This record gives sequence, structure tokens and C-alpha cells, in this order.
Amino acid sequence: MPPSTDDPAPAEGAPSPEGGMTRRTALKVAGATLGAAAFAKAIAPIVSWTADQSVDEFLQKHYRKLSSDELERIMARLEAETKRDYGADVEISDARPQEGVKFGYALNLSICIGCRKCAQACHVENNHDRPSGNSYIRVLEMQKGTNDLEQGNVNYTHPVPHPDKYYMPVQCQQCDRPPCVNVCPVDATWKEDDGVVVIDYNWCIGCRYCEAACPYHARRFNWTKPQIPAEEINPVQAYLSNRIRPQGVMEKCTFCLHRTRNGKLPACLEACPTGARVFGNLLDPNSEIRRVLANKRVFVLKEELGTRPSFFYFFDE
Amino acid sequence: MTPATPVSPSAPVSHPTARGHFAGYLRFLWRVIVDATDGSGWFYAWMTLLTAVALVGLNAWSTQVRDGMIVTAMTDHVSWGLYIANFTFMVGLAAGGVMMVIPAYLYHDEEMHDVVIVGEMLAIAAIAMCIAFVVVDLGRPDRFWHIIPGLGEFNWPVSMLTWDVIVLNGYLALNLHICGYLLYMRFLGRRPEPRWYVPFVFLSIIWAVSIHTVTAFLYCGLGGRPFWNTALLAPRFLASAFVSGPAFIIVALHVLRRFGRVHIGDRPVAILANIMRVTILINLLMVASEVFTEFYSGSSHTAAARYLYFGLHGADGLVPWIWTSVIFGVVAAVLLLRPGVAKHPAQLTVACVLAFVAVWIEKGMGLIIPGFIPSTLHEVVEYAPSVIEWQISAGIWAFGLLVYTVALKIGLPILAGPRGLEATGTPWKKAG
Ligand code: SF4
Ligand code: SF4
Repeated sequence: MPPSTDDPAPAEGAPSPEGGMTRRTALKVAGATLGAAAFAKAIAPIVSWTADQSVDEFLQKHYRKLSSDELERIMARLEAETKRDYGADVEISDARPQEGVKFGYALNLSICIGCRKCAQACHVENNHDRPSGNSYIRVLEMQKGTNDLEQGNVNYTHPVPHPDKYYMPVQCQQCDRPPCVNVCPVDATWKEDDGVVVIDYNWCIGCRYCEAACPYHARRFNWTKPQIPAEEINPVQAYLSNRIRPQGVMEKCTFCLHRTRNGKLPACLEACPTGARVFGNLLDPNSEIRRVLANKRVFVLKEELGTRPSFFYFFDE
Repeated sequence: MTPATPVSPSAPVSHPTARGHFAGYLRFLWRVIVDATDGSGWFYAWMTLLTAVALVGLNAWSTQVRDGMIVTAMTDHVSWGLYIANFTFMVGLAAGGVMMVIPAYLYHDEEMHDVVIVGEMLAIAAIAMCIAFVVVDLGRPDRFWHIIPGLGEFNWPVSMLTWDVIVLNGYLALNLHICGYLLYMRFLGRRPEPRWYVPFVFLSIIWAVSIHTVTAFLYCGLGGRPFWNTALLAPRFLASAFVSGPAFIIVALHVLRRFGRVHIGDRPVAILANIMRVTILINLLMVASEVFTEFYSGSSHTAAARYLYFGLHGADGLVPWIWTSVIFGVVAAVLLLRPGVAKHPAQLTVACVLAFVAVWIEKGMGLIIPGFIPSTLHEVVEYAPSVIEWQISAGIWAFGLLVYTVALKIGLPILAGPRGLEATGTPWKKAG
């Protein structure tokens, strides 16, 4: 093809000294205009999305850099947004760790029957997305005689407990050396003084590096904006735990810090019909969790990885 | 075929020193814009095609931001997919460009020196694509500023991802500086001063190794993912980068010879082909030793490798991919090892394309996806990219090729001057 069928002039697209346009320049301008129009059309969805985002949210600082006034205003804004988007009246607070408390959790594998009541309670308590049936707890059905996870199965549907199986619920282990925290490029997730690993849902950029780093499949991503009917929303919420998460950010189990930092027990423990779950303060020598650690044969999951879980498993007999 | 790059005879080539750099620089920029947008019908067709594909990708990404990452096929089990696969591969391509720089500057190969900018510009385009692939993988691209040091919270030095941000942007800056400086000096008709670019060239050689090593550390530092948790990962990354980079450049040089009005000697292609002969064998050797370790010991940690090569519990989505990669890699190696391959452009091009695709699979989907299958709780959930993911990825490739085409379009005529590279000689080539 000849190089310039349309243009014999040597001006090569530069405006001519008189300020007129060559044909080639006119074509370039037409092309650029067309391109700009196509560009505007291509980004239309993002433009409509940004209309829903508030400037305050965009400029919001990291949780640990906020003054208490700023945090109050943010929580009020989040409450208003929940009202606007979900039609529910909720109360968002900032539950802080208590002095002299470090939480520990233990689970008795001898009596767990694999009924998944804990996973269901988590779903409700933590305002999880309804269509996906999300929960921070997965219950593995394990083959008796082995603790090889590869032989476990989470998708069992038969009546429980099956005589050849035992059951192992897995949730965030609130590691003392959490790989998820180390990898986060923006410090959006960290370990608090009472041992709970939390996420600032308004700071997370959604890179999902932490999800790749966690060895226990404990993290969940909000692939879309969570959907929950207004009447099913749990209105007792905390900024760092069960408030409804935005689209595109990470979430995880927080040992129900909105409950446990206020002296209550985690929802999964209260839901367990067999009493397989033991929760308490590791720093209190008289707590039940300390009694379990002292008297039972206790193990942690994937100890060889050096993550130092605060979640323990034990057998009774 | 008529050459596609008429050089504007009216554009200024030298003499702005008296009026100072500013005026000169403006004229330089104008020349750049004119050069970048002028060309034959083929050129316009190519640019229109790339723009169209890039816009389709932009629209798909725009939809993804609005509706959430649910429009991808990723799940909590396979939480990285095609985007991060492409990102990993592109880091290798960026690093691979350095395989031209080493012979040109370390061994003072003159012909290579003439075209080394083809490799440096590849690095620029590839890093631009890397950044794009990371951005489209973010759930909240609007919070991108959180990762900017000073503005946000930069979790350095603990997070490997922050290291990657530093080394990738550093590599981009280095290559922009080198290319920009050489072009501007050339435009002024002055001899580039070695002290303004040669130290940066040597730095970029070391830096090229670092970008790929740090990217490997992103994965192999994760103890919970046995498939990635191997010390061989970083060396394997480098070996494959030094296959894909030269492969791309050889093809680019062939294309430039046909369509660009530049003379390119035979030596650069011959040198690159020789480099590939070695690197492709090293790469195959490393794959073989990984596969042996995984399968001979037979421990349960090999589930991911079993999934990749043979399928696991009836799930075998990656098996066709990886065997395509293995076969392409072996065929490319055989073709490359035949004596005198550099003198047969068609054969060499086929070998390069095969090697390129082989590495794209192996360092892309073949590396990322088995890290998640089986999951950390040993669930097997498969992944195949959604239409939106393909659209976005194609869009970024088109964007990268646009950047590369424009960069070459600007760079080569300025380097060549109105009479072509050979006629003018290259004033700075003695300097390195
Ligand atoms: S279990 Fe996973 S998410 Fe929880 S602290 Fe440990 S690494 Fe982090
Ligand atoms: S997804 Fe969020 S919390 Fe996780 S590493 Fe990325 S920014 Fe940090």
C-alpha cells in the first residue's frame, strides 16, 4: 500500500503557516474526536459507579490515624449509608481491646458432630452476603485414622455424624505470626492487642495478597456488594468487625469482637449444640481455655508453618 | 511491500542550542507527536485495531469496577487468575529486554548498540502493562493512592508487594531516562555524554534481575502454598524471562525490517538466537528438575503439580495448557538448536513464537493457578477465565502494543535521521 494515498502535501500533519488544515490533519482530528467519543462510552459504567461513591470515603484516612471525632463522623456516615442502601437502622460502634486480655479459642474434636450450626450463626451474626451463603467457618469432614486435610471434604450432604468420620471446623486462627498481615502492601490488616487480626474495610485496596498468604483459607473477598434484606441485618455492629462490608474488599473472622470485647461469647460458640467450643482469655490463669490447654492433648493446624495460631484443637478421650 | 514509515523531511533535526533547551524540547515534543501519528494505511489500520481492542478492554474493566469482581471467574479458592498470570509473565518480558543491553554495552557490540533501544522500549511497554494488570486486579482501584509512599500507608519493608512497586517503577524510570536522553540528544544532533546514561544502563542490568527476583519472592515467600514455596522459583523466573524477552525482540526486529525504513544488521538477531539456545535449555532443565522433585518423592505436597500435569480428582482444566507449553517449548528448543537457524528468518520466527507462547503459559496460568488448586484446605475448585477477564487482558495487550508501536515509531526515525540508521551512523555508539 502506498504510504499516503490521501495526502500529497509535504506538510505531514503540521498546521500550515496560514493556520489552515491539510486533509491529513483533518483526518487526524476526526479520528481523535471519534476516539474520544468511544472512550467516553467505554468508561460510562465507571462514571456511573463513581457517582455513588462519597468524597469523604475517598479521602478517608487509615483507621489508626483517625482522631476519635473523625471516627465518630465516619461511623455516623456509615450508619446513614446503611439506611440509604439497605433500609436498615444500625448502630456502628468502635469496640476496643480490653486491658490484660488475649483471646484464645479451642475446639473439642471428640464431640463436634459436623452440624454446621456455627457456620450458620456466623453467616447471620456477621451480616454476610445472602446469595453466596458466605461464612467465616468451613467444617471439614475428616476420615477417622488420619488428620490429612487432603482426605477431608467440606461438601458433605448426608446426615451427621457419620460413624467413620470426625469433623473439624476451620476459621481464622488469629495467628500470632500472621502471614496475611505481613504481606498487605498498605497495612490495611493488623493484629490488635487482644490478638484479633482485623481489617480496615475502608482502607483495603482489594489486592487479595493476604488471601493467597493465609494457610487456613480464612479470608473472604467481597466479589460484589453484599445483599441482605433489611429485616435480616444484625444492627449491632462494630467498625472493625460485622458492619456490612463494601464491595471489593477483604473480610475475615474477628472472634466476634463486637461481642467478645463487650464481655459476650462468639456467636459460633453460642450456636454450638454440643458444647465443643471453648473461648476465653489466655492471660487469665483461671479461665476455661487455660484449663483445656493445661489438661488436654492439644494441637494446632499446620504447626510446621510457624504461624502460631491462637486457635487450638483437642480430643477428649 | 512499501515501507511504512516515511520520515518527515520538514521536521527539525538539529540546532536549537542557541535558544535554550526549553524551546528545543518543545520542538522535540512536536516532532514526536507528528512522528507518532503519521504513517501509511497499514500503520493506521494497525493503530485503529489496537485502539478498538483497548477500548473494548477499557469498557470491560469499567463494568468490572461498577459490578464488582464477581464478573470474573475468580473465587475465594482461586483468588488470582488471568490478570496476575499476565502480570507475572510481563515482568519477565520487561526483564528480558536486558538481553540486548548486555551484549551492546558490556561487550561493545556495535550492531547491537544500534538497535538496543528496541529492547529498552520493550521494557517500558512491558512495565506499563504490568502496572495495568495490577490495577485491573484490584478490588478498589479508587484507593490506589493508599499504596503511594508518603500519601498512603506503605507497608515497607515487610510486604514483598511494596518491594515490587519500588523495583518496577524504578525500572520504568531508568528505561524512560535512558531512551529519552538518547533520543533527545540525537534530535539535537549532539553526541550523548556517557556519564549521563552509561551508569544508568549498567544499573538497569542489575535492576532487570531484581524485578524478576522480587516478583518471584511474592509467591515463594508464602509458606502456605507449597507449589510456590520453592527456592528454585526465582532462578526459573529469570531463565524463562531470558527466553521470552529475546524471542519477542527477534520477532520485533524482523517486523521492523519489513515495515520500518530502518536497516538492521544480521548480528543482533544472531546474538539473540544464540542467547535463546542456552536459556531455553536451562529453562527446560529447571522445569524437569522441579517435575522430578515433585513426582519422585510422591509426598502429599505434590497435589498441585499433579493437578497441573495430570489432573486431580477428575479436575483437569490446566492439563491441555501445560502440555501445550511443554510441547511448544521442546519444539522451539529443537528448532533453535539446528545449525544456522539465524539465517532462516521463517524458521527462527516460528521457534520464537512457540517459545514465547510456551513461557506465557508456564509463567502465567501454569504458575499462578496451581498455587490455589488444591486450596489451603485441600478443596479442588477449578478456574477458567471469564469473557470479561479475556477482554480486559486483550485490552491491556493492545494498550501495550500501542505504547510499543508509538515508542518505536518515534524512536527509530529520530535515531535514524532522514537517511536511515546505516547512512548516518550512530554518533554515540563509540561512547558506550
Ligand atoms: S488464619 Fe489466616 S487470616 Fe487468620 S490470622 Fe492466620 S493467616 Fe491471618
Ligand atoms: S486485600 Fe486488602 S487486606 Fe488483603 S493484602 Fe490486599 S490491601 Fe491488604
